[in-house]
Amino acid sequence: MTTPAQTPQSRGEIEAGLIAFLEGRTRVSWDEDVDLFATGGLSSMFAMELVVHLEQTYGVSIRGGDLKLDNFRTVRTMAGLVRRLKTDKDTDG
Amino acid sequence: MSADRGGRGSALVKCLVWDLDNTLWKGTLLEGDELLLADEVRDVVVELDSRGVLQSVASKNDHDLAWARLEELGIAEYFVLPRIGWGPKSESVRVIADRLNFAQGAVAFIDDQPAERAEVRFSLPDVRCYMAEQAASLPELPEFSPSVVTVDAQRRRRMYQAGFAREEARTDFTGPDEAFLRSLELVMGIGRAGGEDLSRVEELTVRTSQMNATGVHYSDATLRSLLSDPGHEVLVVTLTDRFGPHGAVGVVLLEKHATVWHLKLLATSCRVVSFGAGTAILNWLVDQAARRGVHLVADFRPTERNRMMEIAYRFAGFTEDPCSCAEAVTGAPEDGVQRLHLVTERREPAATLRIEALELG
Repeated sequence: MTTPAQTPQSRGEIEAGLIAFLEGRTRVSWDEDVDLFATGGLSSMFAMELVVHLEQTYGVSIRGGDLKLDNFRTVRTMAGLVRRLKTDKDTDG
Repeated sequence: MSADRGGRGSALVKCLVWDLDNTLWKGTLLEGDELLLADEVRDVVVELDSRGVLQSVASKNDHDLAWARLEELGIAEYFVLPRIGWGPKSESVRVIADRLNFAQGAVAFIDDQPAERAEVRFSLPDVRCYMAEQAASLPELPEFSPSVVTVDAQRRRRMYQAGFAREEARTDFTGPDEAFLRSLELVMGIGRAGGEDLSRVEELTVRTSQMNATGVHYSDATLRSLLSDPGHEVLVVTLTDRFGPHGAVGVVLLEKHATVWHLKLLATSCRVVSFGAGTAILNWLVDQAARRGVHLVADFRPTERNRMMEIAYRFAGFTEDPCSCAEAVTGAPEDGVQRLHLVTERREPAATLRIEALELG
């Protein structure tokens, strides 16, 4: 919340959007801190779909070292990644 | 004798579309004739099938009656995507080519009726048309004679049929994707390339422009020369599911040093990206390296088309962090090629497929 004017979507909005996306794709319910890839969870292949979804929905580019699994482990970590990349982009811009 | 040929030289025919009445069989079904399938025509169908030439049907007939007759003759299984109905044959041939994702120049049509051949040629000038009398001599023509008949070519028709059944199952399936993948009962085989696998590696590397996942190119000759090099492993990856084989879907080139294995090439077929094949191969390799207590170094050139593989590498844990093990790796990477690194640890096998692999020493 440090630069609200430059981040059109709050962390809460991003998290809600991600949960809706996950529930639509998996037909089960998720919350912010569930480990998506723990036993019985999603495959690492689905993680690739998540990368593309985040990039297209939030207009960010996730490259290199940011593509580590830990960044995609929970809804909360993904929302944090999106916020950071949007902030970086807006600052660079 | 080849007045009816389309004049496309000897570019290979990938699918031959047969008319039925008085072409595949003698007689007219709906006139109540006794239908005879000549031995020489049956031999042509079997021979082309073994060469990897797909075959289909475009016939103006009652579908159920005609298909039942093909089954009675014991020949139905050889035909993919048959079009038996009352529409124009050019439309049937076009749909078959589209569904197979073949250019019309790779498709041929055989029919006893000059008017039908003319109709197809008029709408689809690239499709090569043959007269029924030419049927027995088709296997002698260069366009039906691939120079190399690979293991996968011999079972190409079965692979396509399995693909159609798979597509249908996927369309009908309403659960999550992961559950669908489990329902496929995928089995991945990983073994050293050699013997009859050589031809499959060749076919895969020839067609690899769109699926060279690591963006690093190795010529077929180079790969072959490394088959007998004890410092290198050339591995072929196959995939099978409950619908049938996908054939050879991947190639791995690995150079083994004392403390680090250098993954020089990982090519996977774009057909199996959605099954997580790249991730499964990497996961297996990381586990193998961990068993031997070595690190992994992988060459990777990011391109527009290999994003999925970049994500697979990164999610497998590869990073650009420096490590002293890199000193053992010989040869500088080419321009634009990243050399990624991973400290290996044991990995659980993937939940969505079973791996049957060799042990790397």
